[in-house]
Amino acid sequence: MVRNDYIPFPSEILEVIKHTDIEYTFRMAFRGKVKPGQFFEVSIPKYGEAPISVSGIGDGFVDLTIRRVGRVTNEVFEHYVGNTLLLRGPYGNGFDLKNYKGKELVIIAGGTGVSPVRGVISHFAENEKQRKGMTLIAGFKSANDILFKEDFRNWRQKMDLILTLDSGEETAEHKIGLVTKYIPDLKLQDVNKAVAIVVGPPAMMRFSVNGLLDRGFKEENIWVSYERKMCCGLGKCGHCRINDTYICLDGPVFNYTVGKTLID
Amino acid sequence: MGFHVNESQFDAWLTEQRKTYDIYAPMRYAGGNTFSDVDCIRYGKVSSISEIVFDKKSEYSFKEVLSPISQTLFFFTENEKKEADPPKKGAIIFLRSCDLHALKRLDDMYLRNGPEDYYYKRIRDNIKIVLIGCKQSFENCFCVSMGTNISENYDMSVNAQGSTYAINCKDNAWNQFFLDLGASRHLVVPDQVHENPVKVHIPENLTPDVARASMWEQYNKRCINCGRCNFVCPSCTCFAMQDIHYCDNANVGERRRVWSSCMVDKFTDVAGGGSYRKKNGERMRFKVLHKVYSHKKRHGCHMCVGCGRCDDICPEYISFSHCVNQLENAMKEVST
Repeated sequence: MVRNDYIPFPSEILEVIKHTDIEYTFRMAFRGKVKPGQFFEVSIPKYGEAPISVSGIGDGFVDLTIRRVGRVTNEVFEHYVGNTLLLRGPYGNGFDLKNYKGKELVIIAGGTGVSPVRGVISHFAENEKQRKGMTLIAGFKSANDILFKEDFRNWRQKMDLILTLDSGEETAEHKIGLVTKYIPDLKLQDVNKAVAIVVGPPAMMRFSVNGLLDRGFKEENIWVSYERKMCCGLGKCGHCRINDTYICLDGPVFNYTVGKTLID
Repeated sequence: MGFHVNESQFDAWLTEQRKTYDIYAPMRYAGGNTFSDVDCIRYGKVSSISEIVFDKKSEYSFKEVLSPISQTLFFFTENEKKEADPPKKGAIIFLRSCDLHALKRLDDMYLRNGPEDYYYKRIRDNIKIVLIGCKQSFENCFCVSMGTNISENYDMSVNAQGSTYAINCKDNAWNQFFLDLGASRHLVVPDQVHENPVKVHIPENLTPDVARASMWEQYNKRCINCGRCNFVCPSCTCFAMQDIHYCDNANVGERRRVWSSCMVDKFTDVAGGGSYRKKNGERMRFKVLHKVYSHKKRHGCHMCVGCGRCDDICPEYISFSHCVNQLENAMKEVST
């Protein structure tokens, strides 16, 4: 008998962490295999489903960082600790940590793009011996849009952190300017062996990857993660297809040698 | 075995089959077209061979039997979820050779692209196929170019010859039924089309680089992104999830999947206002290359089966086959 993958399971909200007015992390009860960069279909009966990437993984839970921008996510924000949401997943390939182990690692993330890569950052923040140098360039629109503030305070102790805002006043905590501004000055021992992950809005990813290539990074040492509308997560609904690639099955994480061939 | 049967003998077989199967075939819906006083030929449940339209191409395909336009997946009542029941009966589907090839494309998507689809599989496992022979090509057909003009994997074929139906049957129980009826034995081969007025040529050297060609720009203005080409296509499978709740009781509702179209607005919208392929020309390119490039790369055969329904239905007279025939020059353009 074929398994019915469309029936979701209930998951309890264990904790709600508020980042901004419209972005909260919902810590959901979950036991099972899951990798950073994978996603769940989150749903509420009568409102529908939305694909949400995993922003944190722990014993008995996954974190889902959700922005209140649509019909489903608006309703999610009406749910509190102790309530349940329906989940399906995890789907997608996720980040494979072994690609980055023992190497100089640069992560460039923009806005909610920090969510899918947060698990990777946390892993290498906690396990410094598993990597060489580490630089995180994270960009947000303004001070009000910064996610994971507590994480950034912690990460600053453990890696080179450049937190930058599109506009506003420069402070000790953050700089002003686009993430791409900081790529030419990246301090690296050996750019030929350094690896990078880029996640964020399409234009930010395009310019960041170009910046890394200009800085001397090899294409095969860059990974990207794509945001698409995944209605099913199962390779059926067609919404996330690019060429012969289904982001939900083959991605959302791609080595840039593959990612660069994907023309929407 | 081959037989020649008359209408009443065929109807006797249909009556027998209807005990265990719903019979789906192209039917005439009088006045049912988009335009007033025009009939629509589309699939429906038939009980007599006289209801089946043999002399016209159906405007919509058989795919709605396996992938309904709106399909309830499950119902929710407070915290309970109840899976929607499968159809009570299996299905016998009357279709033409191009559509039988399209069935393989549906299988590619629902059974081989990711995990097997529960809802598709439970219908798919209970269907039988009756191939309708094609005596001649219809307007806009290009099955010969796509290699879909001949099919072997049917349970029975039928050539309509006036009041006589020539059938080639591969099902033992059905053969016995016709023998018991006293149907006359004949050698029968399904009618096949060997040449279409419309021919397409898909260049061997086609690559996604063709996206940069100028040919797609013409569709920015010509196409009105209505999505009809997707809905009539026998191989288009895209859907979106949809929740509804009942007006009388907001605690009760259902989750459905409904057809969607890569040509229509909002198909790619992501949270926060992002979307991809905003221009209609880009959408046309995305669809056309799926049909004659991307699907083959992933599943070994072109998705397009050359039925020409997209050309038949387009309100802007955009021709898919004509578009495909521009690809060769477009490749030259992007290669230089």
